[in-house]
Amino acid sequence: MSVIQITKENFESEVLKSDKPVVADFNAEWCGPCQMLKPVIEGLADEHPEVKFVSINIDDEDDIAYDYNVSSIPCLVLFKGGKEASRSVGFKPKPEIVKFIGG
Amino acid sequence: MYDIIIVGAGPAGLTAAIYARRASKTVLVLEAMTYGGQIINTPDIENYPAAAHISGLDFANKIYEQATALGAEIVFEKVTEIKDGAEKTVVTPDNTYTAKAVIIATGSENRKLGVEGEEQLVGRGISYCATCDGAFYRKKTVAVVGGGNTALEDALYLSDLAETVYLIHRRDAFRGDEATVNALKQRSNVKFIYNSTVTKLNADKRLTSIEVTDRNTGEVSTIELNGLFVAVGRIPENQNFAQLIRLDDSGYIEAGEDCLTNVPGIFAAGDNRVKSVRQLVTAAADGAVAATAAIKYISE
Repeated sequence: MSVIQITKENFESEVLKSDKPVVADFNAEWCGPCQMLKPVIEGLADEHPEVKFVSINIDDEDDIAYDYNVSSIPCLVLFKGGKEASRSVGFKPKPEIVKFIGG
Repeated sequence: MYDIIIVGAGPAGLTAAIYARRASKTVLVLEAMTYGGQIINTPDIENYPAAAHISGLDFANKIYEQATALGAEIVFEKVTEIKDGAEKTVVTPDNTYTAKAVIIATGSENRKLGVEGEEQLVGRGISYCATCDGAFYRKKTVAVVGGGNTALEDALYLSDLAETVYLIHRRDAFRGDEATVNALKQRSNVKFIYNSTVTKLNADKRLTSIEVTDRNTGEVSTIELNGLFVAVGRIPENQNFAQLIRLDDSGYIEAGEDCLTNVPGIFAAGDNRVKSVRQLVTAAADGAVAATAAIKYISE
């Protein structure tokens, strides 16, 4: 599975109404750790088809970032059944994100 | 067994890897997080020789590519222990590696405020990096805690974005550059709070206000704000090696400019050792010195 780019138009259908758990990666182009995290997320999207991975650019979609109280990036928010189940802030190595998805 | 194991893939560790590979030594670099170290948070580096402007991310990618193209192996595991012996043993949660010599280049991490609830509010109003997260606080109210150069520069950076910036310092004078202090005093939206510490964090889903206690009078005041930037220094990441390697009172490895530790065959490079200037260029210099010392140690 590839990582889906989220805008306010598809946020509800792709994230809130998703049948699968969703990992939303809040990021920005100017954010170094976000760019480091990107290939890790892409790799996980390939290996974990049971989870949907989406990317949210906080400069383009600042309303979504504000609604979910995202104020540090990179920030991963795990959605289950349209609700936030947990979040992880800052760059994390792959094994920790695997645990984050499972937890 | 490797010739040299390097713990940490920041500028010091990767420079050491470049020097070691160019001397045809086998090299394993172990990194707990991501390569590049803390420089990846810097948007623009302007003080590295021959690179007038480069982003921290580009810098990290270039040094990573250079080290791996030369044949350095990089594995993403956190080192939990180093054991001395005829050969050195380096332990991670998943593996145990051996080498003839080890270079510790683990750098440092942000010092926490130590106020209850801090950890849960990281990313919900608490930040340790103004250049990373300042953009979230346009026209908002923020506070910076600290008295060194990082705190002063953070406050100056944020004063261009935020409506109001409180600068909270536990002493009555700043340790940082006078020029930056003077620049801050020119800004009408920067408010100074001296002799005070943050003693409580109030939150409702995210940080809403803080309580500040005056160290002289004991008086407590509440500041409503949207963001709190913590810049109270850094702590070296040497805790896992304290049994074997001699550290100073602040936790830095007692190694001089020669990068030698108290254990023969184990070297220290970069921000985690005792030194007066912690810059990109001095980290890279340490990498070269430590690698050269390690190569000499192996050949003897």
